[in-house]
Amino acid sequence: MFIITCPFCGEREQSEFKAGGEAHIVRPKQPTELSDDEWAEYLFMRKNIKGIQFERWNHTHGCRKWFNMVRDTSNDEIKAIYKMGEKPPIE
Amino acid sequence: MTKKLRVKTGKAIDETYRISFKFNGKTYYGFKGDTLSSALLANDVHLVGRSFKYHRPRGIMTAGSEEPNAIVQLHDNSSRSEPNVRATEVEIYEGLDASSQNCWPSVKFDVGGINNFLSPLLPAGFYYKTFMWPASFWEKYEYFIRKSAGLGKSPTEPDPDVYEHKYIHCDVLVIGSGISGIMAAKTAAKNEFKTLLVDEKPNLGGSTIYQNSDYFKINNQNSNSWLEKEINEIKKLKNLEIKTRTSVAAYHGYNFLLARENLTDHLPVEQRKDKTRHKLLKIRAKKVITATGSIERPMVFDNNDRPGILLSSAIKRYADFFGVACGEKNVLFTNNDSAYETAISLIQKGINIEAIIDNREEVDSKLVYEVEKNNIKIFKGYTVTDTFGYKRINRISIKQLSKDGQKVVGPRINLSCDCLGVSGGWTPAVHLFTQSGGKLKFKDEDQVFIPNTYPSDQLSIGSCNGDFTLDEILKNTPKSLKEFLDIKNTEYESLEIISSTNKSKRNIWLLPSDKVIGKTKSFVDYQNDATAKDIKLALREGFRSIEHVKRYTTTGMGTDQGKLGNMHALGIISETAGVKMGELGTTTFRPPYTPLTFGTIVGRNVGEYFDIFRKTPIHSWHEVNKAEFENVGQWKRAWYYPKENENMHQAVQRESKAARESAGILDASTLGKIDIQGTDASEFLNRVYTNAWSKLAIGKCRYGLMLNEDGMVYDDGVTTRLDENHYIMTTTTGGAANVMSKLEDYLQTEWPELDVYLTSVTDHFATVSVCGPNSKKIVSEVIPDLDFSDESFPHMSFKNAKIGKINCRVMRISFTGEHSYEINIQANYGKSVWEKCMDAGKDYNITPYGTETMHLLRAEKGFIIVGQDTDATMTPIDLQMDWIVSKKKYDFIGKRSLYRSDTIREDRKQLVGLLTDDPNEILEEGAQIVADVNKSPIEMLGHITSSYYSPNLKKSIALGVVKGGKNMMGQKLIIPMEKKNINVTVADPVFLDKENKRLNA
Repeated sequence: MFIITCPFCGEREQSEFKAGGEAHIVRPKQPTELSDDEWAEYLFMRKNIKGIQFERWNHTHGCRKWFNMVRDTSNDEIKAIYKMGEKPPIE
Repeated sequence: MTKKLRVKTGKAIDETYRISFKFNGKTYYGFKGDTLSSALLANDVHLVGRSFKYHRPRGIMTAGSEEPNAIVQLHDNSSRSEPNVRATEVEIYEGLDASSQNCWPSVKFDVGGINNFLSPLLPAGFYYKTFMWPASFWEKYEYFIRKSAGLGKSPTEPDPDVYEHKYIHCDVLVIGSGISGIMAAKTAAKNEFKTLLVDEKPNLGGSTIYQNSDYFKINNQNSNSWLEKEINEIKKLKNLEIKTRTSVAAYHGYNFLLARENLTDHLPVEQRKDKTRHKLLKIRAKKVITATGSIERPMVFDNNDRPGILLSSAIKRYADFFGVACGEKNVLFTNNDSAYETAISLIQKGINIEAIIDNREEVDSKLVYEVEKNNIKIFKGYTVTDTFGYKRINRISIKQLSKDGQKVVGPRINLSCDCLGVSGGWTPAVHLFTQSGGKLKFKDEDQVFIPNTYPSDQLSIGSCNGDFTLDEILKNTPKSLKEFLDIKNTEYESLEIISSTNKSKRNIWLLPSDKVIGKTKSFVDYQNDATAKDIKLALREGFRSIEHVKRYTTTGMGTDQGKLGNMHALGIISETAGVKMGELGTTTFRPPYTPLTFGTIVGRNVGEYFDIFRKTPIHSWHEVNKAEFENVGQWKRAWYYPKENENMHQAVQRESKAARESAGILDASTLGKIDIQGTDASEFLNRVYTNAWSKLAIGKCRYGLMLNEDGMVYDDGVTTRLDENHYIMTTTTGGAANVMSKLEDYLQTEWPELDVYLTSVTDHFATVSVCGPNSKKIVSEVIPDLDFSDESFPHMSFKNAKIGKINCRVMRISFTGEHSYEINIQANYGKSVWEKCMDAGKDYNITPYGTETMHLLRAEKGFIIVGQDTDATMTPIDLQMDWIVSKKKYDFIGKRSLYRSDTIREDRKQLVGLLTDDPNEILEEGAQIVADVNKSPIEMLGHITSSYYSPNLKKSIALGVVKGGKNMMGQKLIIPMEKKNINVTVADPVFLDKENKRLNA
């Protein structure tokens, strides 16, 4: 069970959080202009890699804020945590 | 004739305190401090169980949690019955009642023993290979396999014990209280670290605590006395908490560990009352020191599983610690020096040793010389080739090993014995280390896997880190601790050490025999009866990955998780396949390290504490009025209110009629309520609902449908505009929390520019819904100051009002199709408003109705229930609710998905009404819908989602989803049931009052 440093509340147990899938997938501004394939790319296609992954997390049992996390899925090491809208601190 | 098997006083034993216990119905005696296994051995009982597959007689093999054979059932046929308990871990108490498992009718005569003679027919993968064909026979095979499989019996009564969970936070957790663990705990605690020391055994000190020999000395004292002083000192340390009988089950990432603290299992049953049995400790440690020691390896030779064959270290522990001789004619069989430590202990206690068989040809070791001085015959360069004796070993055959160790040579020598101690060297207990994500490396010189890279702030010390001799432990431990704890000094810098172990070892994973391998039974995994032959067979059949060989042969898959045999399995694979051990890798060690009972895992979360349940402010009224309740999400909702002997159907029919004919009242407090404020509130609603919101006038209500981005219906509910920038949204009862999360997600991540604030206010309000032709008269009496005229207060509108001095919100909205009002009031006034409505409605036969009647009434009107009539594959178009999807809005959640190639298919499942030809036939929800029963295979068109008998329409009605159903109006379909086919006609899903006359009446 991870210890996650919420950018608003500080260090907390993982049980207070909920994972929310891959980060940095922006909802298209004009969905109606997109082809089926382009829309499907946004809607369904997600990475599931062994290694560095960018993820969304929500402090559900705390401040309820969403934030981003960079995690190495091979060993669960949390490389970085940053607020929504901020640029990832690592590539 | 009784043998004298108690020798001097063992360290752990109180001979003044005699305890009686039962094993297989017979009464035996032991002493306080005995384990079930030591007490049985003292009574000359070796045969304790039958093996899993061949039902071979098996005896006690070890003295610890690694025990594969001596697993017993405790207190059979009582509520405290527990299967698969290791006899080596059970501390005896007055009244203990244990019995053998996996044998019938008795352990001495077991019918399943026939499997031993059938064993040539039962190779690895036997079940996979044999019971495959014909597939239809599986059910019959399964019956017999289930009957003969399995070990103990599950208890049939509820567990009477109480279990608890506890969180512990510490700076340093030390696992294992052997000599290195004690040194670590003392060093950490003395350096201001808040330290927790745990050990699975009832006492501290590991194996050093009974190592009383001149050959192992620290600062001129025997190592046991030195350690005892250390233990006495640490017990006084303020910074150190010590927990014995505490077994670490799991080591997760970020130094989160689970341990089971056993509090009452060693007490007589009558003393356990009102005490917690086990505590599941949830430990978060800043640093973890693993000092879990090592487990002695058996050796793999023909018939190496007979009762009377034990690990050499176990024989030493039974003698030194419990004062029990495991036999009168002992033979030791070894490939290293440890068996000589056992021999010296036995000699000290006057226990007879017949001979020692040593794989090694030459050994230069003080321990060996000492044993030789005592005139004990040592066969150097020999191996055991076979053993004899069915229920107890009585003889062994030995032969000389060839120079390369691959063959046996020379004449066979027979030795008689009643106990054989084997020592194949030591395997570091790296289970917890690897569970934490640590990677191992193979150390060739000792043929062991040891920790290599640590995934968290942790350290392995002592023999679990590959330090097997006393001097290695005493020299390396302080060094590691200084670096790990970042301290300058320890108390252990200049110890004088005498440690006489010679590290030489002749490791042969599968010992040669004079028989061909096919004729041998050389067990690798005792508990699952996997032999060397099975592993070789798996390799011959093409299995290469260690994980596959494990599953095919079931090696390492018993309750002991292969603590003894895994290394041999790897060794045999490595030798047979010609792959180096280091490259082969190991199988995954999974938690728990030793089995946990379900009680420990669930703790106090049982019965009424299993989950939270939420009650509405009106709940007590429902209880008093004998409502039956149903679970909706975490809520307990009134389901129906049976009168006298009414069953559910009768109650629901009565409630439904009353609601349509006069007045009904429903507790709707559980509906989710979200308060939405901000200058962009209307825009926000436009984006999350399919219909348009900008033009909704203040004081008006509107039904909304919410989709997922994939176009599928997610939730629905009525939202009311309270003010220019203020709305209150209602959601389904079960969906409230998810809707709130979803809305917050979009606001925070996709549309942070919107000025919108969301507050969950579900619990703030109680909601009383009064419906029916007389509802207006009733609410007018409860709120006399409010103008309820249709002109002033039409359907789908809202008014603020007061009941007495208390503010409330009244909505004229309807889920039943009747003229109806919802009164929302501060939660604590809910029950009083409900009672006022009941009073006011007395003359109108106001009838409380529950969720079942609510469902029936809305089905008559064809209103959907999200989650009942929909699943995650229904779009609004599929529901025939095109009217609610705005064509004008540029975008809303899910809009683009409504015209994907898949969602515009005409043959999607669509919601329709269904009427049975026989109006009294009620369909089963979930039943399949087909068109043609003669076609094979029958094409499934859909299924029934809602079905009721409508007392108002005097016929059965149903909703269902049917492929292309939208264009099948009036068509005949069939519901095939077990006994008959039911004919139905596709109909409009709105069965009652299509013109909404009743709503506006």
